[in-house]
Amino acid sequence: MAGTSDGDTGDYIDHPVRPYVMTSGRAYPSRNTIRPETLLVVDPDLRPPVTAGRQQRALLDMCRGMLSLAEAAAHLRLPVSLVVVIASDLVDSGHLSVRSAPRHTPPSAELLEKVLDGLRKL
Amino acid sequence: MVSANSDWPEREERYVSPTVAQSVKILVVGAFGVGKTTLIGSVSEIAPLRTEETMTSASVGVDSLSGLDDKATTTVAMDFGRVTVTPEVVLYLFGTPGQRRFWDLWEGLAEGAVGALVLVDTRRIEDSFEVFDQLETRTGMPFAVAVNEFPDAPKYDPEQLREALDLLPDTPIVPCDARHRESAAHALITLVEHALHFPASQKALT
Repeated sequence: MAGTSDGDTGDYIDHPVRPYVMTSGRAYPSRNTIRPETLLVVDPDLRPPVTAGRQQRALLDMCRGMLSLAEAAAHLRLPVSLVVVIASDLVDSGHLSVRSAPRHTPPSAELLEKVLDGLRKL
Repeated sequence: MVSANSDWPEREERYVSPTVAQSVKILVVGAFGVGKTTLIGSVSEIAPLRTEETMTSASVGVDSLSGLDDKATTTVAMDFGRVTVTPEVVLYLFGTPGQRRFWDLWEGLAEGAVGALVLVDTRRIEDSFEVFDQLETRTGMPFAVAVNEFPDAPKYDPEQLREALDLLPDTPIVPCDARHRESAAHALITLVEHALHFPASQKALT
């Protein structure tokens, strides 16, 4: 085990291949509009790109239903930072759609009221 | 056809409802062992998920990690859950340790958030100081304090806590039992109500 876990519990899963190998050496995504909570869904009409690697295909398969980027990353057991890079490429090529608009400002009062309504029903 | 891989979402209900068109997030912040994942699990419609980032020495930057000299990498974990609050809106709850190195690593996580619910354990108040310092200096987002009431924890008057934690008069402080859905939901509601009024209170300060 190479490092220490900063979380509460659980095991660190090491990967035999360094993440940047899976992204052709790039550490940064092609777009700055994908956050952990961004909702992604695959375009069912498009086949995976012929050049798609194992991680790209796994992400497309995972997103056959709508999931946030963080959920997809957790299910795939890959770091969010890596999945952001992979997802950005697949959004650029049209294979993945972003369902939720990226948010750079705090949520509106109208949206906060909806959140409140939902939490009060819990 | 469901994948044989056990890590895959096995049932379609693991997916977000196709009616959802918007996602929002709340950060659940607090020191190690304070009950973040417990609180998230109490309200989440999915079993809490975990994702990890590896921080290498190159990303340490100017932050002091003295005492960790022999470690080339360290991992920072984030547990999270999901609540579909309306047919169109899904809320994510991201549980984060909230120390300085965490914000360095997860740049962008704070952006666009409703706010942060800070969980505090009164047996270890000093563990929270760095969390509050980072929230105030790095994110500027609204936050509320939930005091996770462990059975053997000393009881404090909210105003004593406010003084000990050096909080503003309008920062909500609520008692909370992270194990119980109603109590966890109440703490989150308190934060969102505070966030609704936050822009006005910010303007008053400047």
